[in-house]
Amino acid sequence: MAAVKTHVRTTLNGEATEYLCEPNQSLLEVLRDVLFLTGTKEGCNDGNCGACTVNMDGRIVDSCLVLGVEAEGSDILTIEGVATPEGLHPIQQAFLENAALQCGICTPGFIVASKALLEKEPNPSEARVRHWLAGNLCRCTGYDKIVKAVVDAANTMGGKK
Amino acid sequence: MRPIEYVAAKTVQEAVKSLAEKGDAARPLAGGTDIIVQLRGGRRQLDRLVDMKAIPELNELTYNASSGLRIGAAVPCYRVYGDAAVASAYPGLIDAASLIGGIQIQGRGSIGGNLCNAAPSGDTIPALIAHSAVAEIAGPGGNREVPVEDFCTAPGRTVLQSGEILVAIRVPAPAAHFGACYIRFIPRNEMDIAVVGVGASMVLDGNKVTACRIALASVAPIPVYATAAGAALVGKEATEENINAASEAAQAAATPISDMRGTAEYRTHLIGVLTRRALQSAIQRAKEA
Ligand SMILES: Cc1cc2nc3c(=O)[nH]c(=O)nc-3n(C[C@H](O)[C@H](O)[C@H](O)COP(=O)(O)OP(=O)(O)OC[C@H]3O[C@@H](n4cnc5c(N)ncnc54)[C@H](O)[C@@H]3O)c2cc1C
Ligand code: FES
Ligand code: FES
Repeated sequence: MAAVKTHVRTTLNGEATEYLCEPNQSLLEVLRDVLFLTGTKEGCNDGNCGACTVNMDGRIVDSCLVLGVEAEGSDILTIEGVATPEGLHPIQQAFLENAALQCGICTPGFIVASKALLEKEPNPSEARVRHWLAGNLCRCTGYDKIVKAVVDAANTMGGKK
Repeated sequence: MRPIEYVAAKTVQEAVKSLAEKGDAARPLAGGTDIIVQLRGGRRQLDRLVDMKAIPELNELTYNASSGLRIGAAVPCYRVYGDAAVASAYPGLIDAASLIGGIQIQGRGSIGGNLCNAAPSGDTIPALIAHSAVAEIAGPGGNREVPVEDFCTAPGRTVLQSGEILVAIRVPAPAAHFGACYIRFIPRNEMDIAVVGVGASMVLDGNKVTACRIALASVAPIPVYATAAGAALVGKEATEENINAASEAAQAAATPISDMRGTAEYRTHLIGVLTRRALQSAIQRAKEA
């Protein structure tokens, strides 16, 4: 079958972004291979690890399970959109301060997922943080430091978004 | 994934036509959390995916205390458990919708997709059966309805014929003193496939059971509606002895296999334990309702 490319219009990290993709390309492939936004990672490529987590229209999704063509008209946030010119986001800062990463491949997914939680629930319990992050796997840290970083970030942010 | 054509249908008619044109080489796409994995893994080969998410009717979630619940086939799980009125009226369904995958999967994956994927382990299917849900189907030959217990025909296969789509799942309004529950056993807390799952619902008059439905996941090639197990309780008091009799009938309704998740014997044991727990929880909820 001829590979006909589709023209897709999105808002990506706050900016109008258009791209061409084939229908069999995942949003993850589009982000990394077409738009060269390589902060979003590929772990399993089948929905289990959460390394590819992005925020799409206010919900976190595994970008390996979204087709690039499905993103038409949507508003997407990737890890590249989390820090500002003023500095790191409090969640990123808390990951550094708590040594919540080792190899770092899971980190963008955890940060994008945690940010969505704190925007919805500014003061989650530790149990809630663990439940929310169950779709994100980490092979290095043992999770405790990640959970502590998210709770610390919630405290620093003091309920602010 | 090999090249594929993507069609975002705007209406039910357009989806039906687009699917019927390609026969077995086309399938609907809802949240994609099953089908994208299957396509990428080579377990399915398709020429066309027809996206259901832009069809307004398939995105509607409507609830009315007298007419009941209608879940558009493409509505993702989070919208179902995120609706407070729906959550309190359909506790068994909410149990199931909130344990599919993790938050990322629930943001995309739909109950309609879970049903149409027809996995023996599909968590929402026993819950839908317990809640007496009905599948609304549209196709080239018109519309029809099928009770969810008759929807799955084999692993990955359903009653849907070429060009037919699931439009919505309708769940009747619960009677007074209705309670329901879905529980499953998995080796960890989240993100795994049910070794056994049990959905149960119940209507109580005082302590007497006036209606009861029990359905099972992961214990046969298709989800099992254990009619004899529910019937064992109807007209009886909700006592431990009667609950035990119903759970034994549930065990007898299953034909489990041994695989990497557990032996047939282990599964049979689990059906007993989980049926008792699901019934006790449904009874508790019926008393509070
Ligand atoms: C990491 C991970 C964890 C998971 N955990 C669970 C779990 O705990 N429990 C569980 O039960 N499942 C689980 N699943 C499987 C999957 O997420 C669910 O089955 C989900 O509900 C599927 O819905 P969907 O909208 O993504 O379906 P899709 O993948 O879009 O579609 C599924 C199937 O249904 C067909 N279909 C979709 N819509 C229609 C329609 N309107 N008419 C006709 N056919 C249609 C498709 O063609 C396809 O064959 C998991 C998957 C992943 C990747
Ligand atoms: S790469 Fe998407 S969930 Fe693992
Ligand atoms: S830091 Fe290595 S996987 Fe999490």
